[in-house]
Amino acid sequence: MGEYRNRPRLQGRGGIPSLRRARPFRFGAACLVLASVWFLSGCNVIIPQPRDDYVDGRLQITYWEKWTGFEGEAIRRVVDRFNAKQDRIRVNLVTMSQIDRKALVAIAGGDPPDLVGLWSAGLSQFAEKRALMPLEPFMEKAGMPRDAFLDVFLEQNTYRGTLYGLPTTPASTALHYNKRLFREAGLDPDRPPRTLAELDAMAAKLTRYDAQGRLVQVGFTPSEPGWWHWSWGYWFGGALWDGERVTFDTPENLAAWEWLQGYPAKYGAEELRRFQSGIAGQFASPQNAFFTERVAMIVQGVWMASFIDTYAPGLEWGAAPFPSAAPGLDNVAMVECDSICIPAGARHPDEAFEFIRYLCSQEGLELLNMGHKKFTPLREVSPEFLANHPNPYIELFIELAKSPNAFYAPLMSTWYEYNDEITPAFDRVMFGQASPRSAVTQVQERVSGMWERTRTSIERRERAEKEAAP
Amino acid sequence: MTNRERRNLRNGLLFISPWLAGFAAFTAYPLGASLYYSLCDYSVLKPPVFVGGANYQELLLDPVFWKSLSNTLYFAVFFLPLATVLAIALALLLNTGVRGMTVYRTVFFLPSLTPLVALGILWMWMLNGEYGVVNYVLNLVLNPLGFQAPIWLQSTAWSKPAIVLMSLWGVGYAVVIYLAGLQDIPRQLYEAAELDGARWFAKLRHITLPLLSPAIFFNVVMGLIGALQVFALPYVLTDGTGGPARSTLFYAMHLYNAAFRYLRMGYACAMAWLLFLIILALTLLVYRVSRKRVHYAG
Repeated sequence: MGEYRNRPRLQGRGGIPSLRRARPFRFGAACLVLASVWFLSGCNVIIPQPRDDYVDGRLQITYWEKWTGFEGEAIRRVVDRFNAKQDRIRVNLVTMSQIDRKALVAIAGGDPPDLVGLWSAGLSQFAEKRALMPLEPFMEKAGMPRDAFLDVFLEQNTYRGTLYGLPTTPASTALHYNKRLFREAGLDPDRPPRTLAELDAMAAKLTRYDAQGRLVQVGFTPSEPGWWHWSWGYWFGGALWDGERVTFDTPENLAAWEWLQGYPAKYGAEELRRFQSGIAGQFASPQNAFFTERVAMIVQGVWMASFIDTYAPGLEWGAAPFPSAAPGLDNVAMVECDSICIPAGARHPDEAFEFIRYLCSQEGLELLNMGHKKFTPLREVSPEFLANHPNPYIELFIELAKSPNAFYAPLMSTWYEYNDEITPAFDRVMFGQASPRSAVTQVQERVSGMWERTRTSIERRERAEKEAAP
Repeated sequence: MTNRERRNLRNGLLFISPWLAGFAAFTAYPLGASLYYSLCDYSVLKPPVFVGGANYQELLLDPVFWKSLSNTLYFAVFFLPLATVLAIALALLLNTGVRGMTVYRTVFFLPSLTPLVALGILWMWMLNGEYGVVNYVLNLVLNPLGFQAPIWLQSTAWSKPAIVLMSLWGVGYAVVIYLAGLQDIPRQLYEAAELDGARWFAKLRHITLPLLSPAIFFNVVMGLIGALQVFALPYVLTDGTGGPARSTLFYAMHLYNAAFRYLRMGYACAMAWLLFLIILALTLLVYRVSRKRVHYAG
């Protein structure tokens, strides 16, 4: 420091040059302030700026959608066709990753897009917070009949009696099995299992070990692909939610989890984990365990056919309803859909619905879903759609979606929390670290507590809203 | 205050006003707001409702909160000492003055430039329990002894060590700081010590480490803060679930999920403030412990 102290000062006493004498400094300061104001106003922080809604006399509306790749191209075609069909509205399609989180921030910030594509499983969360517009008034005004859609998909877009979205690309799941491995194991490749007991027996025949006793091929394991750990109870006649109460610890669900535990018990928990560690996380790749014939039977959705075409074109496969455990319980399948919604606070809801009306027409949905290689959520299907569809089992998937035993994730605003309790419980059972009973009981307790808390929170919020608006 | 001082003050404030505006809008306000929201039931989409200490009370009773905290402390306890020793060792090696040293230095710094996501995907393959290159090499040694290499990310016992291992890949930044510190140590101290007959270890113990202590201190504090906020790598590796069986659910991931997946912003804010207090307490502890051990030259 000594060195600095002995330095000659720049200017006599003051050190810093006086600003009065140095005008350029004051000018510079003013410039800086102005520049920062200009920058902040550009960010819409200080001065909200009116935006150009009309370009060339057409109203511009924004549509956020999550799809990329061939799925993105399909919705692009629908949007292009809508834009070409009329000259009043122009839909501006924007592709978004993590769309639910970005929609959340945009809606909360009061500047949402006019249309947003969500997942049906996340819709309740938005609906409970009234972040979406009810669609029935629009449908009535437009004369759009509700019963054009399959019930199961409208139900998934309904929260406490109000419709908040319309289904765009639906899906159902089925058993996919490898016909070549069936033949190799001495099974009839055209006779998939019809009961869960049959599936277990066939899985045993389809399982092979190497000379060191290590698993090299498994007939079936509930951990592959491991996307719907919550779903197994439905094949035993169980459910996760009865509209009022969390029903995870019912005898049906417990039976399902005991069945799940049978797999690590048969293969050996350690050995199954080792096998699983080799195949985990490789869905959209040639290393997918179903494509490399290391797993003979899996549950997959209607989209699987196109992945097989891409990554394993030579694979001999078949699809059938995943068999259930209870007699008389047929065509049990998980169904889900992507939904199109109008966020609360959207600036052009009527024009947005105008697009929904086209998208959800038979023409729009068949164009979209042919591109997505899925079926449509409508009752009416054109014969050309079925004839030209690339999935040879498309009619099976439609039949499963229409089944009275089709099920979907519970319409709870806390569904993600519920699901995030089930996943670690599943891991513990598969790893042999928890018994089915203790896992099921623990999930029930945790989620019931969560649901209590959520109910309190909803009531508290409603009370606060009442007080705020007398 | 004289007229001149007042004017100077005003002009000074005017000059820093862009920063002040930015600080107020993007740091001070969010900080204050998050403290308030931590006392609210707040879902982002609806106006916050004041609930007092309910979020904090719930946190303390939530086993998942404690699980995420213990996972994070586990990570910090293993990562921090390993990273420190490894970075110092690398810096010492890279300071020896062998030919082609700049090339070596670049090589060791390169992983720090790799995006975390790419790093995560790459390591996921290398640590694949069945086909990973790490286990291939390990099994060459372990199998003859009758052991099996662990399945890393698919195992509840080995998933955290796997993430520690991956994170060590990024010690390049610390190495650079240690290198700068090493080059600041005056040569004459070593010469004097050599004249007195000091060997390599004595020089390390009595000259290098004490004079490097400010850099060590800095890196330990920064590393501690970083370790307690570990997020991107495990988030990418597990798709945000922290699996298997929550063994890699770290504090920041749980917080992020609470805020943006469960829409419980008030709860997440309470978590953020608790983490802030934990980091503050641990940093103060490090300051206290190191007060007598850090030597600032000059």
